[in-house]
Amino acid sequence: MRYLKQFLQKMEIAIISGKGGTGKSSICAAFATLSKNVIVADCDVDSANLYLLFNPAQEEKEVFISGYKAVIIASKCTNCKICMEYCRFDAIFLKDDEVKISKIACDGCFLCSRICPENAIKMVRENKSYMYSGSFRNGKMVYGRLAPGEENSGKLVNMVRQKAKEIQKTNGIEHIILDGPPGIGCPVISTITGVDKVLIVTEPTISGLNDLVRVTGTVIKSDRKPSVIINKCDLNSSMTNKILEWCDKNEIQAEGMLPFDSEIVESMLQGKSITEYDPACGSSKKIRKIWDKILNDK
Amino acid sequence: MFKIAIASGKGGTGKTFIATNLFYTLLKNLINAVLVDCDAEAPDAVAFFKVRQFNITEVTQLIPVINKRNCTFCSKCHEYCNYNSIFILPPVKIIQVIEDLCHGCGACSVACEFNAISEKPVSLGHITKYLNVSNHFLIEARTNIGVMSPAKVIKAAIRAIDNDADIALLDSPPGTSCPFIHTVSTADYIILVTEPTPFGLSDMKQSIEVLQNLNKPFGVIINRAGLGNRQVHKYLLDKDIDLLLEIPFSKDIACLYSKGMLAAEKDTSFEGQMLEVFETIFAKNGNSNYQR
Repeated sequence: MRYLKQFLQKMEIAIISGKGGTGKSSICAAFATLSKNVIVADCDVDSANLYLLFNPAQEEKEVFISGYKAVIIASKCTNCKICMEYCRFDAIFLKDDEVKISKIACDGCFLCSRICPENAIKMVRENKSYMYSGSFRNGKMVYGRLAPGEENSGKLVNMVRQKAKEIQKTNGIEHIILDGPPGIGCPVISTITGVDKVLIVTEPTISGLNDLVRVTGTVIKSDRKPSVIINKCDLNSSMTNKILEWCDKNEIQAEGMLPFDSEIVESMLQGKSITEYDPACGSSKKIRKIWDKILNDK
Repeated sequence: MFKIAIASGKGGTGKTFIATNLFYTLLKNLINAVLVDCDAEAPDAVAFFKVRQFNITEVTQLIPVINKRNCTFCSKCHEYCNYNSIFILPPVKIIQVIEDLCHGCGACSVACEFNAISEKPVSLGHITKYLNVSNHFLIEARTNIGVMSPAKVIKAAIRAIDNDADIALLDSPPGTSCPFIHTVSTADYIILVTEPTPFGLSDMKQSIEVLQNLNKPFGVIINRAGLGNRQVHKYLLDKDIDLLLEIPFSKDIACLYSKGMLAAEKDTSFEGQMLEVFETIFAKNGNSNYQR
């Protein structure tokens, strides 16, 4: 019954927020350290942070090819400008009568390299991004680090999640917690696609509510129903009520509320989650309650 | 026009807080400025001002449409597509465009020798121009929900800036990948906003690496000083990076922000600090050959 049991119990939970800095990673760290054996996957691949708290012993490292960039071979180029006409990303331009390609604007579509009559454009692999995995004090951790400026963060998120699932299977670990990126674009969509539960961490500010509405739309479009944690709820109680009303109206469950607590920053400085740093404090108790509720909801 | 981007690797450090207060301060001091919200996935800057909508334009992308009558199922379009957005099974004559994966590069149309691919525009988002009470523009980039990449919408918003303003403030998306790069690469100067925590420091280092690669001048604002530790300060000192301003952590400021109010409007000393930021920037970078 081992595999059947594992199938029935396993759960993949994504924590996202729309707005940045609402406390995703702190809450994620707390959930992770409340578990005996868990997999944490940091899907915020362009600013991965959780490894700073968990300091995982690295066991594996894999290169991630984020994409390709077009480069002109100057000795072959006749400056015919045909590539300029075809490029839809405004990446090819003239400088001192010479055709140049902007690395920033290039989308790596290969079209210019295919149509160049002189074969003067080569495609160069972007291979400075990595995916890492290893062990930390409460289980396993997987994280991606997209090299600054590289693209395709969604694909790296998929690779991180794939690895997390492999580890889950081989080690028989029940839960995977995904720490998601801010925003509502490709890395977020890759984080929430097909997970068992999506948790949105918001805060009672105008931006918090606006972004909650947008990110909820994204989650619903991915056929998932999110639930919400309101962090720093005492910052503006009328805004907190507004968020609760909105949740109510849209039939979205509020899992709980956490007041602003500077001890969370203090715990981070010590390289700990709040539940490790001060298990008896109010925030830790509330987080534990939310976590138990989430696990029992399945 | 001199373009200043307000950016940060870590989300929620106070980009919009700084951008909106800087903008308010410029207008208050009768400086002709425009605010562009480039955080197209989560745009929030306009909410801090009294505005009326001036116009709205749609940003679109072309997506292939396959005419199955002309298609020979030769698979050349599938080979040309680097985004796996053409699904093809020649033996059973199935071909389908996976629209969400398409980047609109047009390679498939070029590949097709049988005139079986035409293109249709699909909406990615909108650029909305607003005017405030003193008739200054605020421009907002906003992607549609479900759109993968905000890059094209961000670029369109920056292109929509009218050249008669002296200073443009670009409220950047978080992170260090494409949305951030498309914003900061157009700027003359970048203000990085960070917080004095290990997460803030780690993300700031990544942002700095990108900006140095792009050869862009930049300075740092430390928000919520007093929380956390002194590691960010130490790093800036070691690397000789300009610290433009420190804003102490204050629940009052956080509370004003939560209500959509501007600290510079309520507190003239904060307005003074915002002006000082510009002074520091232009003392060092005011003579560059930017275009007016």
